[in-house]
Amino acid sequence: MTAELGVIPVIIELLYLIASVLFILSLKWMSSPTTARHGIWAGEIGMVLAIGGTLLNRGMSYHLIAIALVLGTIIGVPLGRVAMTAVPQRTALSHAFGALCVTLVGSAEFYLRSPDISRFMMAVLSLEVILGGLTVTGSLMAAGKLQEILPQRPLTYKGQNLVNFLLLAGAVAIAVSLVLHPGARSLFPFMILIALTFGVLLIIPIGGADMPTVISLLNGYAGLSAAAMGFVLNSKLLIIAGALDGSSGLILSIIMSKAMNRSFTNVLFGAFGQVQASAAAGEEARPVRSATPEEAAAILSAANRVIVVPGYGMAVAQAQHKVRELYDALTKRGVDVRFAIHPVAGRMPGHMNVLLAEADIPYDRLIEMDEINGDFPQTDVALVIGANDVTNPAARTDASSPIYGMPILDVDKAHTVMVIKRSMNPGFAGIDNPLYYLDNTLMLFGDAKAFVGSIVRELSGAHG
Amino acid sequence: MNSSSTLINALFIFVLAGFIGFEVIRRVSPLLHTPLMSLTNALDAIAVVGAIVLVGEHKSTLATVFGFIAVVAATSNIVGGFLITDRMLKMFKSSRPDAQPAAKSAAKLVAK
Repeated sequence: MTAELGVIPVIIELLYLIASVLFILSLKWMSSPTTARHGIWAGEIGMVLAIGGTLLNRGMSYHLIAIALVLGTIIGVPLGRVAMTAVPQRTALSHAFGALCVTLVGSAEFYLRSPDISRFMMAVLSLEVILGGLTVTGSLMAAGKLQEILPQRPLTYKGQNLVNFLLLAGAVAIAVSLVLHPGARSLFPFMILIALTFGVLLIIPIGGADMPTVISLLNGYAGLSAAAMGFVLNSKLLIIAGALDGSSGLILSIIMSKAMNRSFTNVLFGAFGQVQASAAAGEEARPVRSATPEEAAAILSAANRVIVVPGYGMAVAQAQHKVRELYDALTKRGVDVRFAIHPVAGRMPGHMNVLLAEADIPYDRLIEMDEINGDFPQTDVALVIGANDVTNPAARTDASSPIYGMPILDVDKAHTVMVIKRSMNPGFAGIDNPLYYLDNTLMLFGDAKAFVGSIVRELSGAHG
Repeated sequence: MNSSSTLINALFIFVLAGFIGFEVIRRVSPLLHTPLMSLTNALDAIAVVGAIVLVGEHKSTLATVFGFIAVVAATSNIVGGFLITDRMLKMFKSSRPDAQPAAKSAAKLVAK
């Protein structure tokens, strides 16, 4: 870029500057639900200014751009209208789309500029397409697992880490030789191919319970690759947007890995899904106490304070609307009902909050783990709906447990614990939950939606 | 301006923007982590500007084809991302103005 810019390039840069400010404000306003919707306006205006500014560039032919924008809109609208239960897979899919854009632009730039590429530029470009490529296939795999097109069970095989490491080393080796010889055009497709393969292998060993961390991490990768693209194109706006998205993904990954008691490096290098392989056999059948919907309704209506603990099982059973009816029925009787949200409950960060908000449960009733944990001893009933590992007291007490040290919701400290569960089968991670055998625990066996529905019917019948 | 000073400028912007991102996003309520992710996804699709230039300048067939697909992918993220974020945020209601609908659905329950 030269010092003397014409008028139009200056206008374009100024529009990009305004867009950058609006993007930052957009994220700032997400700090609270009361201002969050301003954030969308800021983001949308910023986006329109940036795209408008780009179209001001001289010598552009517009018809293909117009067709692509229309096509993208046609695909985007249904993706914006998916059911709230499908939000995790939609998010994974959009990470894939974002990374696809970055990878394609990076590849096109390589072929346009090669062999006239400076060493640093080639290094950044390699980073862009490697991160982008692995995010494309990794996110598609994650979306497939979440949509249950692909098996949700983690697939592990011997030497998995070695294979992954060798692949990554291969990609880096190609990148290094491209940095030294940017004219070696025939090497470039192999680098992309390895990145794409690596993305698939990275997600194969991931199980459903690790999805919140993985989605956050892929979010971070997508952001970093976009920032790298900003370096390649010398676009400040893109560097800023990529840095914002990258830091968002990394912060969420850190929060998620802390909530699962994994170190951040453990997460970065993809050592997910190593929890299984324990427990299972060996335990003789211990007695549990169970209760009927009538008994559960009686206990709940006699309570003053109830905390509901939702988990992925609630989402699977689509029980959130029945839970809302329960919330209404109990609130009407003067029972104080709150919801305890574990950071990794569900399949992505904030998943439970969105489902409960969709069911019209006011957000000030949704309480974070750290804030509500001290209240369980003064709680009459803790009602666990489709959550398992995040309530497992073994994480506090049993040093041999695979989830030992993971922060959990202290439901066992409530006067009475009720757990809605299909059967005594252990949860996804295959870890037995001592909570179910406690003296103050009542198991409510059945489908979450049907069982909550029966409780609601009991409650309304008694006073109706 | 030579290329290495351009590069240093870019690095400054990247690091400073990363700091702003960290400070701003740290303050986002965990309540809104899902909409945060769909919003950053939409904002990240600003990569569309690079793709638009590729298509508009039409320097080679490969660049145009790649750029075209990239514009489609990024645009669908922009449109879909903003749409779903808005839908999600509309659902978040506080209990104070919410008293009425709660009473209504409770009345519905009694009527059954």
